Amino acid sequence: MQTFRFELGELPPAAEALRAEVREFLRRELGDTPPVLRAHSWGGFDRAFSRKMGARGWIAMTWPKRYGGHERSALERYVVLEEMLAAGAPVSAHWIADRQSGPLLLRFGTEAQREKFLPAIARGELSFAIGMSEPDSGSDLASLRTRAERVAGGYRVNGTKVWTSNAHLADYMIATFRTHHDPARKHEGLTQFLVDTKLPGITMSPIIDLAGSHHFNMVVFEDAFVPEDMRVGEDGAGWKQVTTELAFERSGPERYLSSFALLLELIRAVSKDPGERAAATVGRLVAHLTTLRQMSLSVALMLEAGENPNLEAAVVKDVGTTFEQEVPEVVHALLGIEPTIDSGSDLQQVLGFLMQRAPSFSLRGGTREILRGIIARGLGLR
Amino acid sequence: MNELRTILGDVVTRLFTDLVTKDLLESAERGEWPAALWQTVEENGLTLPLVAESKGGAGGTWGDAFVVIRAAGRHAVPLPLAETIVGSWLLSGAGLDAPSGPLTIAPARREDTVRLVRAGAGWRLSGSAARVPWGGAAHHVVVVAEAEGRPMVALAARGAAVTRDQNLAREPRDRLVFDGSPVVAAAPAARGVPASAVWLYGALARSAQIAGGLDYLLRQASQYATERRQFGKPIGSFQVIQQNLAVLAGHTAAAGTAAANAFRAADRGDAAFEIAAAKVRVGEAAGVGASIAHQTHGAIGFTYEHALQFVTRRLWSWRAEFGGEGDWAVELGRAVAERGADALWPHLTAR
Repeated sequence: MQTFRFELGELPPAAEALRAEVREFLRRELGDTPPVLRAHSWGGFDRAFSRKMGARGWIAMTWPKRYGGHERSALERYVVLEEMLAAGAPVSAHWIADRQSGPLLLRFGTEAQREKFLPAIARGELSFAIGMSEPDSGSDLASLRTRAERVAGGYRVNGTKVWTSNAHLADYMIATFRTHHDPARKHEGLTQFLVDTKLPGITMSPIIDLAGSHHFNMVVFEDAFVPEDMRVGEDGAGWKQVTTELAFERSGPERYLSSFALLLELIRAVSKDPGERAAATVGRLVAHLTTLRQMSLSVALMLEAGENPNLEAAVVKDVGTTFEQEVPEVVHALLGIEPTIDSGSDLQQVLGFLMQRAPSFSLRGGTREILRGIIARGLGLR
Repeated sequence: MNELRTILGDVVTRLFTDLVTKDLLESAERGEWPAALWQTVEENGLTLPLVAESKGGAGGTWGDAFVVIRAAGRHAVPLPLAETIVGSWLLSGAGLDAPSGPLTIAPARREDTVRLVRAGAGWRLSGSAARVPWGGAAHHVVVVAEAEGRPMVALAARGAAVTRDQNLAREPRDRLVFDGSPVVAAAPAARGVPASAVWLYGALARSAQIAGGLDYLLRQASQYATERRQFGKPIGSFQVIQQNLAVLAGHTAAAGTAAANAFRAADRGDAAFEIAAAKVRVGEAAGVGASIAHQTHGAIGFTYEHALQFVTRRLWSWRAEFGGEGDWAVELGRAVAERGADALWPHLTAR
């Protein structure tokens, strides 16, 4: 059995000094943004905000300077992230590129790709989406079927991606396609590409979520031509690249802060005269929250130290999303107020928004069942 | 974790693995004091981690104490080791010498009051304290009480009237009656140590024991799931068992983190927030963890014959001792409400 390690660490003084700066920036930028908008957490898309973040040097913080990065520590980046999420800042226009696409290019991209894309991402000018899931490939990602066939100068792509968040707003998509087909070896033959979302042969249509919002898309490729120089990494190396990409992004503050806006509104509502029940509810949630923050920080420190805490990251995401989903339930059990869309109190609206959003918390970025399978492997069970 | 602490962890694990056997646990449950085990633990310098070296202690930190107490929980060590560590720390902070031999701490319940009253040149204790851990076996009792407007630490010899009682794991939880009993020594508590210090640091100690107990449950249940075969294969190869054990792993990780965080805060000073959070979090983990560990073991884990119950019965008691999740959640929730919603995040990130 592999041992779990969650060792506490301290954030360095430089990271803590940065925190005050970030808070001041957010206070000015977000002003009196209503709680229900803050509750969108990392769902909010605002290019102007992202450009300001870029100008501050708070995107691409850990990347080399020659690609527009700032060569700061992963822990400083962590502080910026958790402050953004706790405040409910609209980070989504740069978030995916900062978290996944940029690091992917840094690790596996060509020099030309890095020079072309990374500085623009760092400035907050280039927005990315992730094209992984397909109609018949969700958790079983290796089964994906969208074909990229080699043609002169590049690849011809045919197939369909679904649940592609913000593809209708993004400039590029990192998409994983099948370049070789051998049913016996489905993990091989996957390849990643940088896809311009405006390419001919791409049709996007919205998939409206249960609350009536549009962030998901269906993206259909019909003989779309992707040039050779937009391939990321080796032909056939996609599976390894995708799993690396996922494993490193499961332990961040986004995995336990999604319902933070609701906890704040709960405290606001009961703080004048908390009875024993309300106090116990708030106390319990805060106990969970502060523990999760320490667990998440612990993984961040291991990453900064160059370790490979895949197992711990899966634990943080499983425990964190369980907590995020519990908050609306607990508020309902305590207060019994009606969740609303745009009427009633801030608390009711935030409750209404998060109650409808919560099912996604344990689906996105690897379902709960997949994560628990990873944890079980760590326990020596499979 | 620093190197010395890793060595300390290895030493206690080896010692407890060798000495805390099933036979020893069973005899302790029949009421026999494990004198040889105590002597070895004391000789190895594990009882006074927070007492200065010049006073016969190890001159360590709460971080070191965490390693020892968590290991004691993992091995269900039937000794007032956590109590001795807390008691000797209280004494040492008050400038008093820690005696050798096992200590306990009182009062263990919030509703009990033990009064410390000046009598001539010395002090006397009166009142009663129920559910005192190893109240009858400990050689001395450390009491913290408000006297003359400040928190005082008093050391009393065994001799107070003792009524035996026990917890679910048959660990002694005795009633001590002080009837104007003289104290060996008394002095003002260290700065920042409140009159409720026994309650607070008792909860801290139990958090580490529970975290250790969960470490055991996770390891034991995972191992059992790879050994026990049904339907022609190890039960751990069934996804439903894997998912349950993954949940146990999450609670175990959370409990260990919450407890470690509280011990770190204790080294910094004011740890009331972290201790409350830890007792809430580990208590919840204890309930879920015991349930999953038993479910995984099936009927064999429900027998006295199997060692699983030495830990699960302790978890069921420990989570209620020095305040259950409800008590600490109310305390924590009130403090959070008092600071207000907008202070929550700055408070969390400043700790």
